[in-house]
Amino acid sequence: MSGSITNILLVGVGGQGTLLASEILSEALKQAGLDVKKSEIHGMSQRGGSVVSHVRFGSEVHSPIIPEGEADILLGFELLESYRYLPLLKKGGRAVVNDLKINPSVVSTGGESYPEGLVDSIRQIIPDCVVLDGLKLAIAAGNPKAANTVLVGALSKQLDIDEKYWLAAIEKMIPAKALEINIKAFYLGREVA
Amino acid sequence: MKEILSGNEAIARGAFEAGVKVASAYPGTPSTEILENIIQYEGIDASWAPNEKVALEVGIGACFGGGRSLVTMKHVGINVAADPLFTLSYTGVKGGLVLVSADDPEMHSSQNEQDNRNYAKFAKVPMLEPADSQECKDFTKLAFGISEQFDTPVMLRTTTRTSHGKSIVTLEKPVTDLPLPKLTRNAAKFVMLPANARIRHPLVEERTLKLREYANSLSINRMELRNASIGIITAGISYQYVREVLPEASVLKLGMVYPLPDKLIREFAASVEKLYIVEELDPFIEEQVAAMGIEAIGKAIIPICGELTPGILRRAFNQPETVTSPVEKLPGRPPTMCPGCPHRGIFYALNQLKAYVTGDIGCYTLGFLPPLSAMDTCVCMGASIGTATGITKVLAPDEQKKIVAVIGDSTFLHSGITGLLDMVYNNAPATVVILDNRITAMTGRQENPASGFTLMGQESFQIDLPQLVKVLGVKNIRVVDPYNLAESKQALQEEMERPEPSVVITQRPCVLIKREGVYERGEAVEVDVELCTGCKACLKLGCPAIIWQAGEAKKGKVYIDAQLCTGCNVCEQVCKFSAIGVKK
Repeated sequence: MSGSITNILLVGVGGQGTLLASEILSEALKQAGLDVKKSEIHGMSQRGGSVVSHVRFGSEVHSPIIPEGEADILLGFELLESYRYLPLLKKGGRAVVNDLKINPSVVSTGGESYPEGLVDSIRQIIPDCVVLDGLKLAIAAGNPKAANTVLVGALSKQLDIDEKYWLAAIEKMIPAKALEINIKAFYLGREVA
Repeated sequence: MKEILSGNEAIARGAFEAGVKVASAYPGTPSTEILENIIQYEGIDASWAPNEKVALEVGIGACFGGGRSLVTMKHVGINVAADPLFTLSYTGVKGGLVLVSADDPEMHSSQNEQDNRNYAKFAKVPMLEPADSQECKDFTKLAFGISEQFDTPVMLRTTTRTSHGKSIVTLEKPVTDLPLPKLTRNAAKFVMLPANARIRHPLVEERTLKLREYANSLSINRMELRNASIGIITAGISYQYVREVLPEASVLKLGMVYPLPDKLIREFAASVEKLYIVEELDPFIEEQVAAMGIEAIGKAIIPICGELTPGILRRAFNQPETVTSPVEKLPGRPPTMCPGCPHRGIFYALNQLKAYVTGDIGCYTLGFLPPLSAMDTCVCMGASIGTATGITKVLAPDEQKKIVAVIGDSTFLHSGITGLLDMVYNNAPATVVILDNRITAMTGRQENPASGFTLMGQESFQIDLPQLVKVLGVKNIRVVDPYNLAESKQALQEEMERPEPSVVITQRPCVLIKREGVYERGEAVEVDVELCTGCKACLKLGCPAIIWQAGEAKKGKVYIDAQLCTGCNVCEQVCKFSAIGVKK
């Protein structure tokens, strides 16, 4: 049953637009005619906590949460969160990771330190992991806030979903005034991956 | 047309399609988005009530008037609304009434994980439990039909996963043939004094029997016969995990979880070799099935605490599973108060004053976490004040002084007013801090009577908290600016010393309020590295904008992230070396 289902785990930090990215992804999948389910816990997320969003698609999806160790792709918006959730990937799973550090409160108050060399640690586990600088590309597109759309663009290269569905989803989910920048951001992410 | 909707969005849509006239609620995770989404639909009067009891009473009035009404709340909200609920079961309805209970197994953002299916049995009302967003919409519509057909309120139970999970929903047009609401008098039905209630109670019992019979042929109670060796009775989100993990098993999927379809359960039990019951939290179905004399395995293998996952079911049914081991210990990332949060300075001061803080439910409950570490109790909405009163009754006077209750504006209006009335009436020598940030912040910034706006965005009467506190009889009332640390600390200290009730009201809007003219961001401050001695005093505020940079030999300095800093200037007041300030 689960063989026909693809599982994508999006992880980040509250305020990064992780949930909007998972909305765009789900909408693109729906437009492509697939069954989609998405699950996440909000409530505390906007206060700087970890954000995890599960997106599952296929011909028919039952559980809205990804069974442990069965994620096909991890889309990480922040290095520490990406590393934290790597064990949820299945063997041979792929990862697209944003090269960005956001200090958790225990680090910024000097209690603990942010782990060094996380990109290398991630690459040791996922050798062909795609690592990109979402912020730099978003600035190039015209707005640092579009980093989440850059990451959606990078993810789009990993999935066999026609480009037109991605664009339709972005048009539906992003307000008109920010659309041009976000489409540019999507393509910049897509080119890198 | 098909849309991807969350369960909450789908319930709002279902209510619209069912022709709902009135929707009332108090915000509470995971239920809040139902009313936030319902305002997009024409023809529905939607409002935030000060608490869940009032919300249900508003719904009752609308339904007695002949309109369909929707009332929504989180699981613990039903405790507050339980008083009207139990008698509403006796009166029944005129227009349909659907009460949504959004439960929170795993306590993602709740203080307990009570299983509100028990309320359906306790109050003798039917309950439906959807398993995805399509069912959230369909069951909402069906619930209104059942409500009117059987003259009963109907409960719709969701859990965090169904409320917040998203899946594809087919949209339909709203009904148009509902009778127009109008006043009717029917004292025997609507006036529940003993003589009338005694006549209503047997009708309630008859209704349950009729509903049980109805449940036996109801299409949302569905037998899916596959392999006969294993049969599973399940409902709600648990159904999805069963289908994921045991795709070949036969399933009795219950859409109505109370009353249970007895004949259907017997038929299903007879058609499988081994019967299991898979349900989150309490053995609610299991105990009723056991009472029918049917053997089934449930809580012997399925955990009673927390939410289920596909992995937990795999372990329960001895299936191969992917074992995941976490990477080495990493720094955690718990939620924190936002940069510029007006609560921060107050909790810093309470910590310094070594107050014993009776807490309450809201963003400020995060004041429990280090480094602020200034909360000693937290029970339920409004409990801070009553708890403070009670604790003073057993303490010696020098210990009584330490007692400080903290409560937000919305929580105070929800159920703190009566607590304060009691504190004054019975003269308990405690201090109450009302943290007025002009919004119901924790659940995502909902309006309340202190914000001066309604859910529909209309300007409304804005309650004056100092005046309200005054008429309750409080003699010592202080209004302070929580961004002014010295003033706030002094007021707290003086009022804590006073051997009678006093109230300190802090006034500053939540930094996340978006409406124009309410919150204005200040100018970011920075650290003068020449003056910073690395004493770490400012780090005790736990502000995400203040970042420690380790140097050599355990020395270091702080810097302030200008993107995050809102210019509240509280850290500037904590720094003894004048190292923090706006760039000159």
